[in-house]
Amino acid sequence: MGPNGSGKSTLLRCVYRALRPTAGTVRLGEEDVYAISARESARRLAALPQEAVSEFDFTVAEVVAMGRLPHQRSMARATDEDLRTCEAALAGVGAGHLTDRGFLTLSGGEKQRVLIARALAQQPRVLILDEPTNHLDIAQQLEVLALVRESGLTVLTALHDLNLAALHCDLIHVIDAGRIVASGPPHDVLTPALLAEVFGVRAHRVPHPETGAVQLLFDRLQPA
Amino acid sequence: MATSLEHLPAAPLRTAPTGAGPAPPRRVPLPVLLTCLGIALPVSLVFGAGTGASGLSWPEVAHHLWAGLTGGPVAADQAGAYTIVWELRFPRAVLAAIVGAGLSAIGVAVQAMVRNALADPFVLGISSGAAVGANAVLIFGAFGAFGVWALSSAAFVSALLAMVLVYAVARTDRGLTPLRLVLTGTAMYYGFSAVTTFMVFAAERGEAARSAMMWLLGSLGGATWTSVPIAAAAVCAGLAHLVWSARRLNALAMGDETAAALGVDAGRLRKELFLVSAAVTGAVVAVSGAIGFVGLMVPHAARMLVGADHRRLLAVAPLAGAVLLIWVDILSRVVLAPAELPVGVLTAVIGVPCFVLLMRRRSYTFGGA
Repeated sequence: MGPNGSGKSTLLRCVYRALRPTAGTVRLGEEDVYAISARESARRLAALPQEAVSEFDFTVAEVVAMGRLPHQRSMARATDEDLRTCEAALAGVGAGHLTDRGFLTLSGGEKQRVLIARALAQQPRVLILDEPTNHLDIAQQLEVLALVRESGLTVLTALHDLNLAALHCDLIHVIDAGRIVASGPPHDVLTPALLAEVFGVRAHRVPHPETGAVQLLFDRLQPA
Repeated sequence: MATSLEHLPAAPLRTAPTGAGPAPPRRVPLPVLLTCLGIALPVSLVFGAGTGASGLSWPEVAHHLWAGLTGGPVAADQAGAYTIVWELRFPRAVLAAIVGAGLSAIGVAVQAMVRNALADPFVLGISSGAAVGANAVLIFGAFGAFGVWALSSAAFVSALLAMVLVYAVARTDRGLTPLRLVLTGTAMYYGFSAVTTFMVFAAERGEAARSAMMWLLGSLGGATWTSVPIAAAAVCAGLAHLVWSARRLNALAMGDETAAALGVDAGRLRKELFLVSAAVTGAVVAVSGAIGFVGLMVPHAARMLVGADHRRLLAVAPLAGAVLLIWVDILSRVVLAPAELPVGVLTAVIGVPCFVLLMRRRSYTFGGA
Protein backbone atom coordinates (compact mmCIF):
# COMPACT_ATOMS: atom_id res chain seq x y z
CA MET A 1 0.00 0.00 0.00
CA GLY A 2 0.98 3.59 -0.38
CA PRO A 3 -0.45 6.99 -1.30
CA ASN A 4 -1.58 7.74 -4.85
CA GLY A 5 1.32 7.96 -7.24
CA SER A 6 3.71 6.18 -4.89
CA GLY A 7 4.40 3.43 -7.44
CA LYS A 8 2.12 0.57 -6.39
CA SER A 9 0.77 -0.10 -9.87
CA THR A 10 4.17 0.37 -11.48
CA LEU A 11 5.65 -2.23 -9.14
CA LEU A 12 2.85 -4.69 -9.87
CA ARG A 13 3.10 -4.09 -13.60
CA CYS A 14 6.77 -5.00 -13.46
CA VAL A 15 5.79 -8.27 -11.80
CA TYR A 16 3.20 -9.33 -14.37
CA ARG A 17 5.39 -8.20 -17.23
CA ALA A 18 3.40 -5.25 -18.50
CA LEU A 19 6.42 -3.06 -17.81
CA ARG A 20 10.04 -4.18 -17.98
CA PRO A 21 11.99 -2.94 -14.95
CA THR A 22 14.85 -0.61 -15.85
CA ALA A 23 16.85 -1.86 -12.88
CA GLY A 24 16.70 -4.93 -10.67
CA THR A 25 15.01 -8.27 -11.26
CA VAL A 26 11.66 -9.79 -10.43
CA ARG A 27 12.13 -13.24 -8.94
CA LEU A 28 9.54 -15.93 -8.42
CA GLY A 29 11.27 -18.41 -6.16
CA GLU A 30 14.75 -18.58 -7.61
CA GLU A 31 13.64 -17.66 -11.11
CA ASP A 32 13.90 -14.32 -12.90
CA VAL A 33 10.43 -13.69 -14.33
CA TYR A 34 11.94 -11.96 -17.37
CA ALA A 35 14.31 -14.85 -18.07
CA ILE A 36 11.39 -17.14 -18.96
CA SER A 37 8.93 -16.59 -21.82
CA ALA A 38 5.85 -14.43 -21.38
CA ARG A 39 3.71 -17.54 -21.83
CA GLU A 40 5.68 -19.44 -19.25
CA SER A 41 5.41 -16.63 -16.71
CA ALA A 42 1.67 -16.30 -17.35
CA ARG A 43 1.28 -19.92 -16.23
CA ARG A 44 2.80 -19.01 -12.88
CA LEU A 45 1.54 -15.47 -12.35
CA ALA A 46 -2.03 -14.37 -13.03
CA ALA A 47 -3.05 -10.75 -12.73
CA LEU A 48 -6.11 -8.54 -12.57
CA PRO A 49 -4.86 -5.25 -13.95
CA GLN A 50 -6.63 -2.04 -13.13
CA GLU A 51 -7.92 -1.01 -16.51
CA ALA A 52 -11.15 -0.14 -18.21
CA VAL A 53 -12.31 -3.39 -19.70
CA SER A 54 -13.00 -4.14 -23.32
CA GLU A 55 -15.85 -2.62 -25.24
CA PHE A 56 -16.22 -5.87 -27.15
CA ASP A 57 -19.15 -8.03 -26.23
CA PHE A 58 -17.51 -11.22 -24.96
CA THR A 59 -19.58 -13.69 -22.95
CA VAL A 60 -18.51 -14.63 -19.44
CA ALA A 61 -17.46 -18.07 -20.68
CA GLU A 62 -15.24 -16.48 -23.33
CA VAL A 63 -13.62 -14.15 -20.82
CA VAL A 64 -12.82 -17.03 -18.47
CA ALA A 65 -11.56 -19.16 -21.37
CA MET A 66 -8.92 -16.49 -22.07
CA GLY A 67 -7.28 -17.62 -18.85
CA ARG A 68 -6.30 -20.83 -20.62
CA LEU A 69 -4.36 -18.94 -23.28
CA PRO A 70 -0.90 -19.50 -21.78
CA HIS A 71 -1.60 -23.24 -21.66
CA GLN A 72 -2.84 -23.61 -25.23
CA ARG A 73 -1.17 -23.92 -28.59
CA SER A 74 -2.37 -21.20 -30.91
CA MET A 75 -4.29 -23.41 -33.32
CA ALA A 76 -5.42 -26.17 -30.94
CA ARG A 77 -9.02 -26.55 -29.89
CA ALA A 78 -9.91 -26.19 -26.22
CA THR A 79 -9.37 -29.53 -24.48
CA ASP A 80 -11.70 -31.17 -21.98
CA GLU A 81 -9.25 -30.13 -19.31
CA ASP A 82 -9.51 -26.49 -20.43
CA LEU A 83 -13.28 -26.61 -20.26
CA ARG A 84 -13.31 -28.33 -16.86
CA THR A 85 -10.82 -25.85 -15.45
CA CYS A 86 -12.87 -22.87 -16.62
CA GLU A 87 -16.08 -24.36 -15.30
CA ALA A 88 -14.50 -25.07 -11.92
CA ALA A 89 -12.97 -21.60 -11.76
CA LEU A 90 -16.31 -19.96 -12.46
CA ALA A 91 -18.14 -22.18 -9.98
CA GLY A 92 -15.39 -21.50 -7.44
CA VAL A 93 -16.13 -17.78 -7.42
CA GLY A 94 -19.89 -18.42 -7.22
CA ALA A 95 -20.53 -17.20 -10.75
CA GLY A 96 -21.43 -20.48 -12.46
CA HIS A 97 -24.88 -19.11 -13.28
CA LEU A 98 -23.37 -16.23 -15.27
CA THR A 99 -21.68 -18.41 -17.92
CA ASP A 100 -23.80 -17.32 -20.88
CA ARG A 101 -24.23 -13.69 -19.89
CA GLY A 102 -22.53 -10.90 -21.80
CA PHE A 103 -19.61 -9.63 -19.74
CA LEU A 104 -20.56 -6.00 -20.36
CA THR A 105 -24.01 -6.52 -18.85
CA LEU A 106 -22.65 -7.58 -15.44
CA SER A 107 -22.49 -5.45 -12.31
CA GLY A 108 -19.12 -4.32 -10.97
CA GLY A 109 -19.02 -7.07 -8.36
CA GLU A 110 -19.98 -9.76 -10.87
CA LYS A 111 -17.35 -8.54 -13.32
CA GLN A 112 -14.66 -8.72 -10.67
CA ARG A 113 -15.66 -12.28 -9.78
CA VAL A 114 -15.50 -13.32 -13.42
CA LEU A 115 -12.07 -11.73 -13.81
CA ILE A 116 -10.90 -13.61 -10.72
CA ALA A 117 -12.24 -16.79 -12.32
CA ARG A 118 -10.20 -15.99 -15.44
CA ALA A 119 -7.09 -15.58 -13.30
CA LEU A 120 -7.82 -18.88 -11.50
CA ALA A 121 -8.27 -20.61 -14.87
CA GLN A 122 -4.66 -19.71 -15.57
CA GLN A 123 -3.81 -22.13 -12.73
CA PRO A 124 -1.10 -19.82 -11.43
CA ARG A 125 0.96 -20.02 -8.26
CA VAL A 126 0.68 -16.30 -7.62
CA LEU A 127 -2.25 -13.95 -8.08
CA ILE A 128 -1.59 -10.24 -8.59
CA LEU A 129 -4.39 -7.74 -8.02
CA ASP A 130 -4.27 -4.00 -8.59
CA GLU A 131 -6.92 -2.29 -6.46
CA PRO A 132 -9.43 -5.15 -6.82
CA THR A 133 -11.98 -3.40 -4.61
CA ASN A 134 -12.24 -0.16 -6.60
CA HIS A 135 -15.80 0.86 -7.45
CA LEU A 136 -17.30 -1.97 -5.40
CA ASP A 137 -19.72 -1.59 -2.52
CA ILE A 138 -18.50 -2.69 0.90
CA ALA A 139 -20.13 -6.13 0.81
CA GLN A 140 -18.61 -6.81 -2.62
CA GLN A 141 -15.22 -5.63 -1.38
CA LEU A 142 -15.32 -8.10 1.50
CA GLU A 143 -16.48 -10.87 -0.82
CA VAL A 144 -13.73 -10.29 -3.36
CA LEU A 145 -11.04 -10.33 -0.70
CA ALA A 146 -12.50 -13.47 0.88
CA LEU A 147 -12.54 -15.13 -2.54
CA VAL A 148 -8.90 -14.46 -3.29
CA ARG A 149 -7.97 -15.64 0.20
CA GLU A 150 -9.90 -18.85 -0.28
CA SER A 151 -8.04 -19.49 -3.52
CA GLY A 152 -5.09 -20.62 -1.43
CA LEU A 153 -2.69 -18.88 -3.83
CA THR A 154 -0.01 -16.42 -2.88
CA VAL A 155 -1.72 -13.08 -3.44
CA LEU A 156 0.08 -9.83 -4.11
CA THR A 157 -2.36 -6.95 -4.11
CA ALA A 158 -2.43 -3.18 -4.05
CA LEU A 159 -5.15 -1.91 -1.70
CA HIS A 160 -6.34 1.57 -0.90
CA ASP A 161 -8.33 0.74 2.20
CA LEU A 162 -5.92 0.37 5.12
CA ASN A 163 -8.51 -1.34 7.31
CA LEU A 164 -9.32 -3.95 4.68
CA ALA A 165 -5.61 -4.56 4.30
CA ALA A 166 -5.20 -4.93 8.05
CA LEU A 167 -7.97 -7.54 8.12
CA HIS A 168 -7.01 -9.58 5.06
CA CYS A 169 -3.24 -9.41 4.59
CA ASP A 170 -0.51 -11.46 6.19
CA LEU A 171 2.20 -9.01 5.23
CA ILE A 172 2.00 -5.34 4.32
CA HIS A 173 4.61 -3.45 2.36
CA VAL A 174 4.31 0.31 2.43
CA ILE A 175 5.63 2.11 -0.61
CA ASP A 176 6.35 5.82 -0.68
CA ALA A 177 7.78 7.74 -3.62
CA GLY A 178 8.90 4.54 -5.31
CA ARG A 179 10.60 2.99 -2.28
CA ILE A 180 9.46 0.37 0.19
CA VAL A 181 9.57 2.12 3.55
CA ALA A 182 8.12 -0.58 5.79
CA SER A 183 7.35 -4.30 5.59
CA GLY A 184 5.81 -6.72 8.03
CA PRO A 185 2.58 -7.98 9.56
CA PRO A 186 -0.21 -5.36 9.78
CA HIS A 187 0.19 -5.05 13.54
CA ASP A 188 3.86 -4.01 13.20
CA VAL A 189 3.58 -1.84 10.11
CA LEU A 190 0.43 0.19 10.61
CA THR A 191 1.76 2.49 13.32
CA PRO A 192 0.53 6.06 13.84
CA ALA A 193 4.05 7.34 13.22
CA LEU A 194 4.38 5.65 9.83
CA LEU A 195 0.86 6.62 8.74
CA ALA A 196 1.56 10.22 9.65
CA GLU A 197 4.78 10.21 7.70
CA VAL A 198 3.64 8.38 4.57
CA PHE A 199 -0.06 9.25 4.29
CA GLY A 200 -0.06 12.52 6.20
CA VAL A 201 -2.90 11.52 8.54
CA ARG A 202 -3.37 11.17 12.27
CA ALA A 203 -4.35 7.58 13.04
CA HIS A 204 -5.73 5.89 16.13
CA ARG A 205 -5.30 2.17 16.47
CA VAL A 206 -8.21 0.23 17.93
CA PRO A 207 -8.56 -3.54 18.18
CA HIS A 208 -11.35 -5.12 16.17
CA PRO A 209 -13.96 -5.98 18.83
CA GLU A 210 -14.37 -9.56 17.56
CA THR A 211 -11.05 -10.58 16.08
CA GLY A 212 -8.67 -8.25 17.84
CA ALA A 213 -7.04 -7.30 14.51
CA VAL A 214 -5.67 -3.80 14.14
CA GLN A 215 -8.20 -1.26 12.85
CA LEU A 216 -7.62 2.41 12.29
CA LEU A 217 -9.53 5.63 12.76
CA PHE A 218 -8.30 8.67 10.91
CA ASP A 219 -8.17 12.42 11.42
CA ARG A 220 -6.47 15.19 9.52
CA LEU A 221 -2.93 15.76 10.64
CA GLN A 222 -3.08 18.90 12.79
CA PRO A 223 -0.19 21.27 12.40
CA ALA A 224 1.65 20.99 15.69
CA MET B 1 -48.67 4.71 2.77
CA ALA B 2 -46.25 4.50 5.62
CA THR B 3 -43.12 2.64 4.92
CA SER B 4 -41.30 0.72 7.52
CA LEU B 5 -37.93 -0.85 7.59
CA GLU B 6 -39.57 -3.93 9.07
CA HIS B 7 -40.77 -4.86 5.59
CA LEU B 8 -37.21 -5.52 4.58
CA PRO B 9 -36.40 -9.19 4.44
CA ALA B 10 -34.35 -10.52 7.29
CA ALA B 11 -32.24 -12.66 5.01
CA PRO B 12 -29.16 -11.04 3.44
CA LEU B 13 -30.09 -8.97 0.43
CA ARG B 14 -27.06 -10.06 -1.47
CA THR B 15 -28.05 -13.41 -2.86
CA ALA B 16 -26.74 -14.48 -6.20
CA PRO B 17 -29.35 -13.64 -8.83
CA THR B 18 -30.67 -16.81 -10.43
CA GLY B 19 -31.44 -16.26 -14.06
CA ALA B 20 -32.04 -12.59 -13.44
CA GLY B 21 -30.86 -9.88 -15.78
CA PRO B 22 -30.94 -9.73 -19.56
CA ALA B 23 -31.22 -12.97 -21.46
CA PRO B 24 -27.98 -14.39 -22.85
CA PRO B 25 -27.16 -13.02 -26.31
CA ARG B 26 -28.86 -15.14 -28.96
CA ARG B 27 -26.34 -16.51 -31.37
CA VAL B 28 -26.40 -18.54 -34.51
CA PRO B 29 -24.66 -21.93 -34.12
CA LEU B 30 -21.31 -21.74 -35.88
CA PRO B 31 -21.56 -24.98 -37.92
CA VAL B 32 -24.94 -23.91 -39.35
CA LEU B 33 -23.63 -20.50 -40.30
CA LEU B 34 -20.42 -21.83 -41.83
CA THR B 35 -22.35 -24.41 -43.83
CA CYS B 36 -24.69 -21.74 -45.18
CA LEU B 37 -21.81 -19.45 -46.11
CA GLY B 38 -19.84 -22.37 -47.53
CA ILE B 39 -22.72 -23.11 -49.89
CA ALA B 40 -23.44 -19.46 -50.61
CA LEU B 41 -19.90 -18.68 -51.73
CA PRO B 42 -19.64 -21.00 -54.78
CA VAL B 43 -23.28 -20.31 -55.69
CA SER B 44 -22.58 -16.57 -55.60
CA LEU B 45 -19.46 -17.02 -57.72
CA VAL B 46 -21.53 -18.82 -60.36
CA PHE B 47 -24.14 -16.07 -60.27
CA GLY B 48 -21.35 -13.55 -60.65
CA ALA B 49 -20.17 -15.35 -63.78
CA GLY B 50 -23.71 -15.66 -65.10
CA THR B 51 -24.82 -12.06 -64.79
CA GLY B 52 -24.04 -9.40 -67.35
CA ALA B 53 -25.07 -7.42 -70.38
CA SER B 54 -24.75 -10.20 -72.98
CA GLY B 55 -27.66 -12.58 -72.43
CA LEU B 56 -25.96 -15.94 -72.09
CA SER B 57 -28.12 -18.83 -70.88
CA TRP B 58 -27.29 -20.63 -67.63
CA PRO B 59 -26.29 -23.91 -69.38
CA GLU B 60 -23.89 -21.91 -71.56
CA VAL B 61 -22.41 -20.18 -68.48
CA ALA B 62 -22.06 -23.51 -66.69
CA HIS B 63 -20.46 -25.07 -69.74
CA HIS B 64 -17.88 -22.30 -70.10
CA LEU B 65 -17.12 -22.25 -66.38
CA TRP B 66 -16.55 -26.00 -66.49
CA ALA B 67 -14.36 -25.60 -69.55
CA GLY B 68 -12.34 -22.89 -67.81
CA LEU B 69 -11.93 -24.87 -64.60
CA THR B 70 -10.93 -28.11 -66.32
CA GLY B 71 -9.15 -26.55 -69.27
CA GLY B 72 -11.54 -28.44 -71.55
CA PRO B 73 -12.05 -27.69 -75.25
CA VAL B 74 -14.20 -24.78 -76.42
CA ALA B 75 -15.78 -24.71 -79.87
CA ALA B 76 -14.46 -21.92 -82.13
CA ASP B 77 -17.86 -20.22 -82.47
CA GLN B 78 -18.14 -20.18 -78.70
CA ALA B 79 -14.85 -18.38 -78.09
CA GLY B 80 -16.50 -14.98 -77.54
CA ALA B 81 -18.91 -16.30 -74.93
CA TYR B 82 -16.11 -18.24 -73.27
CA THR B 83 -14.02 -15.08 -72.99
CA ILE B 84 -16.91 -13.16 -71.45
CA VAL B 85 -17.61 -15.84 -68.84
CA TRP B 86 -14.11 -17.05 -68.06
CA GLU B 87 -11.90 -14.05 -68.78
CA LEU B 88 -14.14 -11.15 -67.74
CA ARG B 89 -16.97 -12.11 -65.40
CA PHE B 90 -15.54 -14.97 -63.40
CA PRO B 91 -12.25 -13.30 -62.42
CA ARG B 92 -14.30 -10.31 -61.44
CA ALA B 93 -16.47 -12.41 -59.10
CA VAL B 94 -13.37 -14.14 -57.71
CA LEU B 95 -11.69 -10.81 -57.11
CA ALA B 96 -14.85 -9.49 -55.41
CA ALA B 97 -14.70 -12.48 -53.07
CA ILE B 98 -11.02 -11.92 -52.30
CA VAL B 99 -11.46 -8.20 -51.71
CA GLY B 100 -14.57 -8.74 -49.56
CA ALA B 101 -12.82 -11.40 -47.48
CA GLY B 102 -9.68 -9.28 -47.11
CA LEU B 103 -11.45 -6.08 -46.08
CA SER B 104 -13.65 -7.95 -43.58
CA ALA B 105 -10.76 -9.83 -41.98
CA ILE B 106 -8.65 -6.69 -41.74
CA GLY B 107 -11.63 -4.81 -40.31
CA VAL B 108 -11.78 -7.39 -37.51
CA ALA B 109 -8.03 -7.09 -36.92
CA VAL B 110 -7.93 -3.30 -36.94
CA GLN B 111 -10.85 -3.05 -34.53
CA ALA B 112 -9.01 -5.30 -32.08
CA MET B 113 -5.71 -3.55 -32.74
CA VAL B 114 -6.94 -0.06 -31.91
CA ARG B 115 -9.54 -1.47 -29.51
CA ASN B 116 -12.24 0.60 -31.10
CA ALA B 117 -15.38 -0.83 -32.61
CA LEU B 118 -15.69 2.09 -35.01
CA ALA B 119 -12.37 1.50 -36.73
CA ASP B 120 -12.12 0.04 -40.24
CA PRO B 121 -9.21 -0.87 -42.55
CA PHE B 122 -9.06 2.70 -43.81
CA VAL B 123 -8.55 4.32 -40.40
CA LEU B 124 -4.81 3.64 -40.68
CA GLY B 125 -4.51 6.03 -43.62
CA ILE B 126 -3.13 3.27 -45.86
CA SER B 127 -5.90 3.35 -48.44
CA SER B 128 -5.79 7.10 -48.88
CA GLY B 129 -2.05 6.74 -49.41
CA ALA B 130 -2.79 4.17 -52.11
CA ALA B 131 -5.24 6.61 -53.67
CA VAL B 132 -2.47 9.15 -54.17
CA GLY B 133 -0.45 6.67 -56.23
CA ALA B 134 -3.45 5.38 -58.14
CA ASN B 135 -4.59 8.85 -59.09
CA ALA B 136 -1.13 9.90 -60.15
CA VAL B 137 -1.40 7.10 -62.70
CA LEU B 138 -4.98 7.79 -63.71
CA ILE B 139 -4.57 11.52 -64.07
CA PHE B 140 -0.94 12.17 -64.96
CA GLY B 141 -0.03 8.84 -66.50
CA ALA B 142 2.75 8.25 -63.98
CA PHE B 143 4.40 4.82 -63.70
CA GLY B 144 3.87 4.35 -67.44
CA ALA B 145 6.82 1.94 -67.61
CA PHE B 146 4.83 -0.64 -65.66
CA GLY B 147 2.24 -1.00 -68.45
CA VAL B 148 -0.90 -2.84 -67.32
CA TRP B 149 0.57 -3.08 -63.84
CA ALA B 150 0.98 0.69 -63.51
CA LEU B 151 -2.21 1.33 -61.56
CA SER B 152 -1.99 -1.50 -59.05
CA SER B 153 1.75 -1.22 -58.51
CA ALA B 154 1.53 2.54 -57.98
CA ALA B 155 -1.32 2.02 -55.52
CA PHE B 156 0.55 -0.69 -53.65
CA VAL B 157 3.83 1.18 -53.49
CA SER B 158 2.20 4.35 -52.22
CA ALA B 159 0.22 2.26 -49.69
CA LEU B 160 3.51 0.91 -48.36
CA LEU B 161 5.00 4.41 -48.22
CA ALA B 162 1.93 5.60 -46.32
CA MET B 163 2.39 2.68 -43.96
CA VAL B 164 6.01 3.58 -43.24
CA LEU B 165 5.00 7.19 -42.64
CA VAL B 166 2.12 6.34 -40.30
CA TYR B 167 4.30 3.88 -38.42
CA ALA B 168 7.16 6.33 -38.03
CA VAL B 169 4.87 9.04 -36.69
CA ALA B 170 2.72 6.83 -34.47
CA ARG B 171 5.40 4.74 -32.78
CA THR B 172 6.63 5.55 -29.30
CA ASP B 173 9.06 3.95 -26.88
CA ARG B 174 6.24 1.70 -25.76
CA GLY B 175 5.41 0.58 -29.29
CA LEU B 176 2.18 1.43 -31.05
CA THR B 177 -0.60 2.63 -28.80
CA PRO B 178 -4.22 2.55 -30.01
CA LEU B 179 -4.96 6.24 -29.67
CA ARG B 180 -1.80 7.45 -31.39
CA LEU B 181 -2.39 4.97 -34.19
CA VAL B 182 -5.94 6.18 -34.81
CA LEU B 183 -5.00 9.84 -34.57
CA THR B 184 -2.00 9.49 -36.86
CA GLY B 185 -3.94 7.40 -39.35
CA THR B 186 -6.80 9.88 -39.41
CA ALA B 187 -4.49 12.86 -39.81
CA MET B 188 -2.65 11.12 -42.67
CA TYR B 189 -5.98 10.20 -44.21
CA TYR B 190 -6.91 13.87 -44.52
CA GLY B 191 -3.43 14.77 -45.74
CA PHE B 192 -3.44 12.16 -48.51
CA SER B 193 -7.04 12.94 -49.42
CA ALA B 194 -6.08 16.57 -49.89
CA VAL B 195 -3.32 15.54 -52.32
CA THR B 196 -5.73 13.30 -54.22
CA THR B 197 -8.42 15.94 -54.36
CA PHE B 198 -5.92 18.46 -55.64
CA MET B 199 -4.84 16.09 -58.40
CA VAL B 200 -8.45 15.49 -59.45
CA PHE B 201 -9.02 19.25 -59.37
CA ALA B 202 -5.92 19.92 -61.44
CA ALA B 203 -6.74 17.21 -63.99
CA GLU B 204 -7.17 18.65 -67.43
CA ARG B 205 -9.19 15.82 -68.86
CA GLY B 206 -12.67 15.25 -67.53
CA GLU B 207 -12.47 11.53 -68.24
CA ALA B 208 -9.42 11.17 -66.00
CA ALA B 209 -11.21 12.90 -63.15
CA ARG B 210 -14.13 10.55 -63.65
CA SER B 211 -11.99 7.45 -63.45
CA ALA B 212 -10.25 8.88 -60.41
CA MET B 213 -13.67 9.32 -58.81
CA MET B 214 -14.59 5.76 -59.74
CA TRP B 215 -11.38 4.50 -58.15
CA LEU B 216 -12.00 6.42 -54.94
CA LEU B 217 -15.45 4.85 -54.62
CA GLY B 218 -14.17 1.42 -55.52
CA SER B 219 -14.74 -0.67 -58.61
CA LEU B 220 -14.03 -4.21 -59.68
CA GLY B 221 -14.42 -3.30 -63.34
CA GLY B 222 -10.71 -3.70 -64.07
CA ALA B 223 -10.55 -7.29 -62.84
CA THR B 224 -8.65 -9.81 -64.93
CA TRP B 225 -6.91 -13.03 -63.98
CA THR B 226 -3.63 -11.10 -63.72
CA SER B 227 -4.97 -9.03 -60.82
CA VAL B 228 -6.11 -12.10 -58.86
CA PRO B 229 -2.93 -13.91 -57.72
CA ILE B 230 -1.21 -11.12 -55.79
CA ALA B 231 -4.37 -10.00 -54.03
CA ALA B 232 -5.27 -13.63 -53.28
CA ALA B 233 -1.83 -14.37 -51.88
CA ALA B 234 -1.85 -11.27 -49.67
CA VAL B 235 -5.34 -11.96 -48.34
CA CYS B 236 -4.64 -15.66 -47.70
CA ALA B 237 -1.34 -14.97 -45.94
CA GLY B 238 -2.88 -12.18 -43.88
CA LEU B 239 -5.90 -14.29 -42.96
CA ALA B 240 -3.66 -17.20 -41.97
CA HIS B 241 -1.70 -14.96 -39.63
CA LEU B 242 -4.87 -13.57 -38.08
CA VAL B 243 -6.46 -16.98 -37.56
CA TRP B 244 -3.22 -18.18 -36.00
CA SER B 245 -3.31 -15.13 -33.67
CA ALA B 246 -7.03 -15.38 -32.87
CA ARG B 247 -6.61 -16.15 -29.17
CA ARG B 248 -4.04 -13.38 -28.82
CA LEU B 249 -6.49 -11.00 -30.49
CA ASN B 250 -9.04 -11.88 -27.80
CA ALA B 251 -6.51 -10.98 -25.12
CA LEU B 252 -5.56 -7.76 -26.92
CA ALA B 253 -9.21 -6.74 -27.17
CA MET B 254 -9.40 -6.91 -23.35
CA GLY B 255 -6.56 -4.40 -22.98
CA ASP B 256 -2.77 -4.27 -23.14
CA GLU B 257 -2.33 -4.95 -19.43
CA THR B 258 -4.62 -7.95 -19.47
CA ALA B 259 -2.84 -9.22 -22.57
CA ALA B 260 0.47 -8.94 -20.72
CA ALA B 261 -0.94 -10.83 -17.77
CA LEU B 262 -2.02 -13.59 -20.16
CA GLY B 263 1.46 -13.83 -21.63
CA VAL B 264 0.78 -11.80 -24.79
CA ASP B 265 3.15 -8.99 -25.71
CA ALA B 266 0.63 -6.35 -26.81
CA GLY B 267 3.23 -4.04 -28.37
CA ARG B 268 4.64 -6.78 -30.56
CA LEU B 269 1.26 -8.16 -31.54
CA ARG B 270 0.09 -4.68 -32.54
CA LYS B 271 3.16 -4.26 -34.74
CA GLU B 272 2.46 -7.58 -36.45
CA LEU B 273 -1.17 -6.58 -36.97
CA PHE B 274 -0.19 -3.21 -38.35
CA LEU B 275 2.12 -4.80 -40.92
CA VAL B 276 -0.44 -7.42 -41.93
CA SER B 277 -3.27 -4.87 -42.14
CA ALA B 278 -1.22 -2.44 -44.18
CA ALA B 279 0.03 -5.07 -46.63
CA VAL B 280 -3.41 -6.64 -47.14
CA THR B 281 -5.17 -3.28 -47.39
CA GLY B 282 -2.56 -2.09 -49.87
CA ALA B 283 -2.87 -5.22 -52.01
CA VAL B 284 -6.67 -5.14 -51.96
CA VAL B 285 -7.03 -1.44 -52.58
CA ALA B 286 -4.53 -1.69 -55.44
CA VAL B 287 -6.88 -3.93 -57.42
CA SER B 288 -10.27 -2.60 -56.40
CA GLY B 289 -9.96 0.97 -55.20
CA ALA B 290 -11.20 2.10 -51.82
CA ILE B 291 -14.39 0.10 -51.27
CA GLY B 292 -15.84 1.47 -48.09
CA PHE B 293 -18.19 0.13 -45.45
CA VAL B 294 -17.42 -3.59 -45.91
CA GLY B 295 -14.54 -3.49 -43.43
CA LEU B 296 -16.66 -1.71 -40.83
CA MET B 297 -19.97 -3.43 -41.26
CA VAL B 298 -19.10 -7.08 -41.85
CA PRO B 299 -17.09 -7.43 -38.61
CA HIS B 300 -20.02 -5.98 -36.65
CA ALA B 301 -22.57 -8.15 -38.41
CA ALA B 302 -20.41 -11.20 -37.75
CA ARG B 303 -20.06 -10.21 -34.09
CA MET B 304 -23.81 -9.94 -33.77
CA LEU B 305 -24.19 -13.42 -35.21
CA VAL B 306 -21.44 -15.34 -33.42
CA GLY B 307 -20.12 -13.09 -30.65
CA ALA B 308 -16.80 -11.37 -30.09
CA ASP B 309 -14.50 -14.42 -29.90
CA HIS B 310 -11.97 -13.92 -32.69
CA ARG B 311 -11.67 -17.61 -33.47
CA ARG B 312 -15.30 -17.66 -34.61
CA LEU B 313 -15.21 -14.12 -35.92
CA LEU B 314 -12.31 -14.82 -38.26
CA ALA B 315 -14.08 -17.86 -39.66
CA VAL B 316 -17.34 -16.05 -40.36
CA ALA B 317 -16.36 -12.49 -41.30
CA PRO B 318 -14.18 -13.26 -44.37
CA LEU B 319 -16.76 -15.66 -45.83
CA ALA B 320 -19.59 -13.22 -45.22
CA GLY B 321 -17.56 -10.36 -46.69
CA ALA B 322 -16.75 -12.44 -49.78
CA VAL B 323 -20.38 -13.35 -50.42
CA LEU B 324 -21.55 -9.79 -49.75
CA LEU B 325 -19.12 -8.19 -52.15
CA ILE B 326 -19.85 -10.66 -54.97
CA TRP B 327 -23.52 -9.70 -54.77
CA VAL B 328 -22.79 -6.02 -54.43
CA ASP B 329 -20.68 -6.23 -57.56
CA ILE B 330 -23.42 -8.11 -59.41
CA LEU B 331 -25.89 -5.40 -58.46
CA SER B 332 -23.49 -2.64 -59.47
CA ARG B 333 -23.55 -4.09 -62.98
CA VAL B 334 -27.30 -4.69 -63.11
CA VAL B 335 -28.92 -1.64 -61.51
CA LEU B 336 -28.00 0.97 -64.12
CA ALA B 337 -26.99 -1.44 -66.94
CA PRO B 338 -25.18 -0.90 -69.20
CA ALA B 339 -23.61 1.76 -66.97
CA GLU B 340 -21.84 0.63 -63.81
CA LEU B 341 -22.41 2.02 -60.35
CA PRO B 342 -19.40 2.46 -58.05
CA VAL B 343 -19.31 -0.48 -55.64
CA GLY B 344 -18.83 1.84 -52.66
CA VAL B 345 -22.24 3.41 -53.26
CA LEU B 346 -23.95 0.04 -53.19
CA THR B 347 -22.10 -1.30 -50.13
CA ALA B 348 -23.59 1.61 -48.23
CA VAL B 349 -27.07 1.28 -49.77
CA ILE B 350 -27.25 -2.45 -48.95
CA GLY B 351 -25.18 -2.37 -45.81
CA VAL B 352 -26.97 0.29 -43.83
CA PRO B 353 -30.44 -1.34 -43.74
CA CYS B 354 -28.95 -4.80 -43.02
CA PHE B 355 -26.92 -3.31 -40.25
CA VAL B 356 -29.84 -1.45 -38.68
CA LEU B 357 -31.98 -4.57 -38.89
CA LEU B 358 -29.38 -6.76 -37.19
CA MET B 359 -28.70 -4.16 -34.56
CA ARG B 360 -32.36 -3.85 -33.64
CA ARG B 361 -32.99 -7.57 -33.61
CA ARG B 362 -30.20 -8.64 -31.31
CA SER B 363 -29.08 -7.68 -27.88
CA TYR B 364 -25.89 -6.32 -29.31
CA THR B 365 -23.83 -4.07 -27.11
CA PHE B 366 -22.20 -1.60 -29.38
CA GLY B 367 -19.20 -0.16 -27.68
CA GLY B 368 -20.75 -1.08 -24.34
CA ALA B 369 -23.69 1.24 -24.88
